[in-house]
Amino acid sequence: MSSPLLEVRDLRTQFTTREGVVKAVDGVSFELHAGETLGIVGESGCGKSVTALSIMRLVPRPGRIVGGQVLFEGRDLAKLSDAQMQEVRGESIAMIFQDPMTSLNPVFRVGWQVSEPLLLHRALPQAKALGEATTMLGRVGIPSPEARARDYPHHFSGGMRQRAMIAMGLTTTPPVLIADEPTTALDVTIQAQILDLLRNANREFGTATILITHNLGVVAGMCERVMVMYAGRIVESGPTVDVFAHPKHPYTWSLLRSIPRLDAERHEPLKPIEGMPPDLSALPAGCAFHPRCPFKIERCSRDVPALNRVGESQLAACWVTQSGVELKDA
Amino acid sequence: MPEAAQAQLKRAWTTADPLVSVRGLKTWFPVASGVLQRTVAHVRAVDGVDLDIKAGETLGLVGESGCGKSTLGRTIIRLLDSTAGTIQFKGEDITHQRGGSLRAHRRDMAMIFQDPYASLDPRQTVGDIIGEPLDIHGLAKGKERRNRIFELLQVVGMNPKFADRYPHEFSGGQRQRIGIARALAVGPTFIVCDEPISALDVSIQAQIINLLERLQSKFDLTYLFIAHDLSVVKHISNRVAVMYLGKIVEVAPGGQLYRRPRHPYTGSLLSAIPIPDPVVERRRERVILQGDVASPINPPSGCRFRTRCPRAQTHCAEEEPPLEAFGAEHLAACFYPLD
Ligand SMILES: Nc1ncnc2c1ncn2[C@@H]1O[C@H](COP(=O)(O)OP(=O)(O)OP(=O)(O)O)[C@@H](O)[C@H]1O
Ligand SMILES: Nc1ncnc2c1ncn2[C@@H]1O[C@H](COP(=O)(O)OP(=O)(O)OP(=O)(O)O)[C@@H](O)[C@H]1O
Ligand code: SF4
Ligand SMILES: [Mg+2]
Ligand SMILES: [Mg+2]
Repeated sequence: MSSPLLEVRDLRTQFTTREGVVKAVDGVSFELHAGETLGIVGESGCGKSVTALSIMRLVPRPGRIVGGQVLFEGRDLAKLSDAQMQEVRGESIAMIFQDPMTSLNPVFRVGWQVSEPLLLHRALPQAKALGEATTMLGRVGIPSPEARARDYPHHFSGGMRQRAMIAMGLTTTPPVLIADEPTTALDVTIQAQILDLLRNANREFGTATILITHNLGVVAGMCERVMVMYAGRIVESGPTVDVFAHPKHPYTWSLLRSIPRLDAERHEPLKPIEGMPPDLSALPAGCAFHPRCPFKIERCSRDVPALNRVGESQLAACWVTQSGVELKDA
Repeated sequence: MPEAAQAQLKRAWTTADPLVSVRGLKTWFPVASGVLQRTVAHVRAVDGVDLDIKAGETLGLVGESGCGKSTLGRTIIRLLDSTAGTIQFKGEDITHQRGGSLRAHRRDMAMIFQDPYASLDPRQTVGDIIGEPLDIHGLAKGKERRNRIFELLQVVGMNPKFADRYPHEFSGGQRQRIGIARALAVGPTFIVCDEPISALDVSIQAQIINLLERLQSKFDLTYLFIAHDLSVVKHISNRVAVMYLGKIVEVAPGGQLYRRPRHPYTGSLLSAIPIPDPVVERRRERVILQGDVASPINPPSGCRFRTRCPRAQTHCAEEEPPLEAFGAEHLAACFYPLD
């Protein structure tokens, strides 16, 4: 395989709060290759956004990257000056943030905001930048883009704002796009439009995409590879088809069985995951999932399992599956 | 309408003796403007809804944000005043009831809210939150009240000793259980569940869905289950109603709606819902709708969906399509329905 575009090695990001140290990202490693779509799934608070913000060097205080490396085309991003990092953010890795309302500035016209990366990073003359931004707004499905470019963000619906954010991310056609829950706040018919847009960007510009979501259906439809996060760690990763067909981590396995499917033929009771999501400032010893895990063995509450190969194509951090046991109903 | 068609339409409203029956229901909100705050327009949140809910069933209600689902649910249980139309509950017209007779019906109806964080008073103990409806209706005092609270906590799968704690000490899923216990306190027969799981973590949602199903069979409850996640709605409901811009556009048993949607909006809604199976997803065809939902202040003439509808013809702008029967228990409002 060619060398990865983006490589994350043992990333650790922590928040020091009054309640204690929150290990939001706790030893995350992965690679992203040119043109691929990688999904990151996991429940609220498991560290998806902080992983993305750490890559961008945009972790908010009191958060701090305490270990690990992020390499873009082999360059260690931690070693770059702020100005160089600013360059990377505009040219190489764009990010669409979870909340489009807070990331569009209410006092500036949408067209101007979308053209800003072109002014900053391409040094285009203003009229030309605005022209390109307008074209991009049209391509992401904003009707009459010339007129709408003059609008302020509050004139836009939630779906249109999200499209404007995507347009802003794509104007400089960066090789990597990180989309953090780009459709969570939107209706499903609008979600379908936005996902279609991301698919097209991937096809047309070859944009490698990291798609962060808690929706397993979105991952199934969009991503070639998927990583499942739990309590700040990756607990499973692999080709989406394999992970969904035969999950190798009990959390993935349980999650897939707990959600209703639109195409279910019969009404079968859902099989919930018992217990509660973990508290990142007071994680249990051993595997963080062990208090909720139906497969746990004695060792699980003592030692933390590493993310290792299980089966042909997957990685899983689980003592039980690493010992060769298949996950199935008792 | 020809007689045969009329007879068929009548059959499609099979609901002999519905628990809830709504006809021509409208709930409009005034939009005020200027220094004098004069009403210049109305948000037609619910704008002519016909709907029956059978005793013991779960009727799912889906539709996009702002289409009027919550307003419809609140109007039915008289938390909001209607602008026009009628609401029958157990055969009695409750549209304009007030005072004592309304209070008597209120004991029969309850609501579970979306946001388990906002809907519980942070200064009240869990016991008082659950006990409040008992006090309002004067149902239990002292030891009896306390026992009832313990029992309700047990019913929703929580430890009775939590009665003396405060909401902030609990997780989202636990708070939703508290909200459910409160809704059950007065012994209602009809519960409007307004997005009861949307704010919960994926891994917790199934716990609450199963709890609601268990309670339904235990206490013979009837649910109006509002959600925007059609997979969840189909799972929990006997029949599903699809709402668009203040109107019901299609009603059918869940399986039938999924297998054979007749309204183009339902068709595109179904095709837009991601299925957690990469093999299925890769084969699926999608109908991607253009544009956004129109404004409920100024809905399009004729069929409200026509501005986004892939099948719209000129006629659709001229006349409003009525709900018509497509077989038993299946109604849809479209001039050019899907096959
Ligand atoms: N500013 C902050 N201060 C303290 N803790 C924080 C802060 N931001 C995030 N965290 C903690 O870091 C952890 C990971 O948060 P993150 O935002 O990455 O979660 P997420 O997986 O993106 O969740 P969601 O699905 O809700 O967006 C959380 O437990 C959160 O409480
Ligand atoms: N009290 C109110 N005053 C004015 N307008 C209102 C009021 N309540 C609701 N609306 C408007 O009525 C319409 C329907 O709102 P409603 O809350 O019923 O929608 P919904 O289908 O429940 O949406 P969601 O899925 O976002 O909860 C919306 O346009 C909303 O802005
Ligand atoms: S390591 Fe043990 S507790 Fe953790 S997921 Fe595997 S079996 Fe369950
Ligand atoms: Mg996040
Ligand atoms: Mg609502």
